[in-house]
Amino acid sequence: MSLPLAASGSSLYWYLTRSTGAVALLLLTLSIALGVVDVRRWSTPRWPRFVVDSLHRNVSLLALCFLVLHILTSVLDSFAPISLVDSVVPFVGSYRPFWLGLGAVSFDLILAVIATSLLRQRMGYGSWRAIHWLTYASWPIALLHGFGTGSDVKFTWLLALSLLCLAIVIAAVLARIVAGWPEHRRIRGAALGGAGAFSLFLALWLPQGPLGSEWARRSGTPSALLPHGQSSSGSRR
Amino acid sequence: MSRHVRVNPIACEAHGMCAELLPERITLDEWGYPIVDEQPLHGSQVEHAIRAARACPTFALLVERDNARAPTGGRSG
Amino acid sequence: MNADSSTLTEVRPGRERGEMDTLPRLLAGIREEGALSLDEHLAVHGSLGPVRAGRRRHAREHAQALIEEVERAGLLGHGGAAFPTARKMHAVASARGRAIVVANGAEGEPASLKDRTLLATLPHLVLDGAVAAAEAVDADEVIVCVCETARASVDSIARAMEERAARPSDGAAPRIRLTTVPGHYAAGQESALVNYLGGGPAKPLFTPPMVFEQGVRKRPTLINNVETLAHLALIARHGATWFRRLGSASQPGSALVTLGGPVAYPGVYEIEHGASLTSLIDAGGGATARVRGALVGGYAGTWIAGERLRGLALSNEHLAPHGATLGAGVVLLLSEEACPVAESARVARWLAGQSTRQCGPCVHGLDALAGTIEELAAGIAGARASQRIDRLASLVARRGACGHPDGALNVTLSALEAFQSEFADHARHGPCESCARPGELPLPVRPVSDETQRHAEPRR
Repeated sequence: MSLPLAASGSSLYWYLTRSTGAVALLLLTLSIALGVVDVRRWSTPRWPRFVVDSLHRNVSLLALCFLVLHILTSVLDSFAPISLVDSVVPFVGSYRPFWLGLGAVSFDLILAVIATSLLRQRMGYGSWRAIHWLTYASWPIALLHGFGTGSDVKFTWLLALSLLCLAIVIAAVLARIVAGWPEHRRIRGAALGGAGAFSLFLALWLPQGPLGSEWARRSGTPSALLPHGQSSSGSRR
Repeated sequence: MSRHVRVNPIACEAHGMCAELLPERITLDEWGYPIVDEQPLHGSQVEHAIRAARACPTFALLVERDNARAPTGGRSG
Repeated sequence: MNADSSTLTEVRPGRERGEMDTLPRLLAGIREEGALSLDEHLAVHGSLGPVRAGRRRHAREHAQALIEEVERAGLLGHGGAAFPTARKMHAVASARGRAIVVANGAEGEPASLKDRTLLATLPHLVLDGAVAAAEAVDADEVIVCVCETARASVDSIARAMEERAARPSDGAAPRIRLTTVPGHYAAGQESALVNYLGGGPAKPLFTPPMVFEQGVRKRPTLINNVETLAHLALIARHGATWFRRLGSASQPGSALVTLGGPVAYPGVYEIEHGASLTSLIDAGGGATARVRGALVGGYAGTWIAGERLRGLALSNEHLAPHGATLGAGVVLLLSEEACPVAESARVARWLAGQSTRQCGPCVHGLDALAGTIEELAAGIAGARASQRIDRLASLVARRGACGHPDGALNVTLSALEAFQSEFADHARHGPCESCARPGELPLPVRPVSDETQRHAEPRR
């Protein structure tokens, strides 16, 4: 399926928002992976501890930049009625409110994590650490947002990229869980269960959800924006 | 006024970044915990010490000014 | 009373001048069973005298005079560190903020019984000292900390507080509160106590800030061992010159020691600083077995063995050549029948287990040290054991937030030195027959508690 290149400016923003979204997902995945490498204290002479740590911090900030671009371009794009408020206040928008709202939830969590990290010196280590755990919640929510709102999900490359990111995050979570076992066994067990349950959910939901028919309509795209009489296997809007 | 580095052994979780960033004053023992030389820092070492202190994930590394600490005795009074 | 102390105290009814130039001092009037009531206490020692003498200005002069008297008396702390009490009081009195006094009766040292005995039998002496100290440093609150397993001591202090509350008082007296604390080894450490009283676990804190500047509730805190406060109560009555009539110039006065091991009557004794070990053992009814060595100061103290016990005197200046101090006043004898190597291994392992596990070098270092001693005891240590021990010594010293790793190191190294031939024997031939005997030294199971004060019953 080829994608028609639109001549109007709104299409450009639409492409940008999708691509920056994909890149943001990739960077957030990388950030989590680096975070686990960091806390596991893995290092080599060419990749010393302070480099891994700096990389983790910088990749996270880069992810934030792409997220901001992702949000701005989606607001600027005139096709879908998305406002700036929708980026931080979840579920109030009119375009696929639930799935877009998940993006806002994830963004809020990421903002909290990054703000507290930038202000680390002023808060106690314990509080900073507690908030930092939210990253593990922000990622799956972001992924669901991507699957729910993204119009490119059916493209093999993007689906493959998303699933690759999922695999990386699951591997990172497993690596995190086994460190220091058997302390805090219950929490580790719950995390393991959560990761498994999420994967199972995706396996069951994706085929009949975003990869299924008429997802645009079912996910809450305003009817005015739906292609008229189009076959539901279309993925344009 | 001279400065030196000191480690808060309770906060320290053996991340090991301090030894990488200030090898002139910090080495790691066999368990990964810092052995700190509390000699005064010279010149550019101060910058590196501050960078090392900022890099510590748990804020265990401190850069302090030299002053006498009055002891108050030890264990139970 | 001589002229020096007459500005501070008046001649008290109840005790003749000249009495109390000898022992007992703290233990004067002690009963066979139970605590001295307030009236009995006053009959023995007389009253403490006019407390806040009317106007505040006089009270402050009175307070300053007490600190100076304590300084002249040369009172040193009885919690283990022998720190000059007046210096501590002065530091707290000059710090910013309203001070608070903590009477430390936590006594986490398992071989020590003096603090709980003092609290159980002479609570008013301790409370007198605490109140006098509170007035000296202008504190409005006294917190008495007692080990939660020492029920007799807890009840005794509670009852003594009720007795005092029932008497008419001037409203300016400091408020007294009683708190029980966990029984693990580090619980009596100053910052651990501050941590616990602040709502945390009884585990040491990183200093600075020092407790005399910012302790309980961020206020300047005077933490004194209960025995130190008892001495202070007597100095407030009888003055510095009286205090110095016993003991030596560098360590004046008397002290409570806990005598343990193979003696007829193990327990708490009051000695004059500088008294001989022989006289203490005699007072304890004599040894019931041949004595191989003595652990002086407690489980952070020093072993003294064989010939060096002869003529040993119990004061820090006499113990210093042996690398020892009186510490928390523990004198624990070891019989010839016990194996010093096996006992050292048990002590080392116990101390490793008593780490509050907050600092890496302590957790790993003490575990490795105990492991090496255990290997030496079992004869499987290998040729490089002494190098390993030297390396551990340098890795562990002064790398914890508190003195626990240093204390553990001290006692273990002193055992290696005092019992050199026995260690060499075990290294070559393995365990001896005495190794299998049940341990002689008291090492109770006292897991380090994470409990905070919210779970403990607050007692008024």
